[in-house]
Amino acid sequence: MTEAIPNSGVAMLNPQDNETPVVEFSDVSIAFELKPVLKNISFSVERGQTLIILGPAGCGKSVLLKLANGLLGPDSGSIRIFGQEITTMPERDLYALRAHIGMVFQESALFDSLTVEDNVAYRLHEEHVPEDQAHARVVEALRFVELEPAIDKFPSELSGGMRRRVSIARAIISQPDLILYDSPTGGLDPITSTTIIELVMKQRDVSHTTSLLVTHRLQDAFTLATHRYDPTCGMKPIPKDGPDRGIDPGTKFLMLNEGHVAFHGTTEELIHSRDPWIREFLD
Amino acid sequence: MAFQSPEAYLKQKISAVQDYSILCGSAISALFTRPRYWADIITQMDSIGVGSLPIIVLTGFFTGCVLALQSATALTSFGAVSMTGSLVSLSMVKELGPVLTGLMVSGRNAAGMASEIGSMKVTEQLDAMRALGTDPIRKLVAPRLLATVFMLFFLTIIADAFGIAGGALMSVSLLGLNASTYLHDSYRGLVHGDIVQGLTKPLFSAFIIATVGCYCGMKTTGGTQGVGRATTQAVVISSVAIIVVDLLVTRAMIGIFGS
Repeated sequence: MTEAIPNSGVAMLNPQDNETPVVEFSDVSIAFELKPVLKNISFSVERGQTLIILGPAGCGKSVLLKLANGLLGPDSGSIRIFGQEITTMPERDLYALRAHIGMVFQESALFDSLTVEDNVAYRLHEEHVPEDQAHARVVEALRFVELEPAIDKFPSELSGGMRRRVSIARAIISQPDLILYDSPTGGLDPITSTTIIELVMKQRDVSHTTSLLVTHRLQDAFTLATHRYDPTCGMKPIPKDGPDRGIDPGTKFLMLNEGHVAFHGTTEELIHSRDPWIREFLD
Repeated sequence: MAFQSPEAYLKQKISAVQDYSILCGSAISALFTRPRYWADIITQMDSIGVGSLPIIVLTGFFTGCVLALQSATALTSFGAVSMTGSLVSLSMVKELGPVLTGLMVSGRNAAGMASEIGSMKVTEQLDAMRALGTDPIRKLVAPRLLATVFMLFFLTIIADAFGIAGGALMSVSLLGLNASTYLHDSYRGLVHGDIVQGLTKPLFSAFIIATVGCYCGMKTTGGTQGVGRATTQAVVISSVAIIVVDLLVTRAMIGIFGS
């Protein structure tokens, strides 16, 4: 049930444990320079689920993801990742925990002095994986995001969409148990956004990885909630006359408004919500 | 600029000192524990040491030249122009070599560190590094600290040597002194304490350059404008700190060696 994180004295719950929520926020609050950003946030994400985090700009969506990865510490409340309390965890142990977490940043955050290959293989190089094995895994990850030809390029030579795909390849190369996507389609044109969403969906449906996805694009959110990845033809709608009635049951929504949770539930519950603020946001 | 209460201002400054101390402590601790990034250390040594060599050679050489000319003017009135070599070597080794090298490397490298790490901060590359399981202090700060301390020591020696050589050139070509007498006088004028004092100072200066440069970079906020601000702050703070610490080290060394 428990395993020791390599190079650390911390015993953590097995990331493969199906019963413990992968992410659990309890009464979490954080303020920057006395200005509250998140107030008493509570939610949990079960194994294999995708939680889409929606909300207006500046409502704390990205902060929430950074809290989930331990990049920021809350002022109060508890955050449990794979059942392990991370708010009191020493930074050294957090580094070990993050081996199970992949993160895609808002502006890709690729290391601009490294090639695409070195960026994607960064974690493998840190773990001293032999060069030939690392290269093979980089090729595999880049093939997943359909960007194999760009392996020797530098980030400055790539378009915004390509950088985002490299960022996804970097996040999935270690086959993490949790992926955090921070506005993966932000600032991209609609066609490129659809490509990125298809990759997120592919990762969800092929690897069944638990994920948190921040977006302000409703179209992307509902595409994820109503489509599945098909290896033969790519993204396709879930049949409305099927058992899932056109909605992916593993995809849930969390809406933030002024630092509070305005909604947490399934796609159907969101669509049928009568809350005036949610209706206005959705319309 | 928004009004800030004195209490908030003080808290902010104390918090900055606290953060800087934590950064210094973590960087020193990272030097003595694994993993160590040897490739980054070598890269930084090349960038800081070899990269700074031309400006250090030029600064040292021309400072020595000017020092010989200026001191000869004063020494002539006492009939002691033959003491020029001794004065140049003492001034270069004890004071001007370490301080000018520190200031030049500060202008070049503290600025470089602040802008490079600051750019990484505003583009979330530092967060990405942490998310990928790497401690930025271990990966970015510790190699720069070790490389600066190691290379500034040797850069100072080079600056001292070129300063004495510049003084020799002026003394021989313009003041008509004998080269052998100048060099012998320069050598005889230095005692053990002078050398120790001159080689202790760069260790402190290097620590200031690396830690202030990295600290300003890691605390950068506000996009590209913030990177520019961090770079300026790094140069100003490290330059002033080098001069202040120079005074303290000089006083301590006088206490220890008596001169």
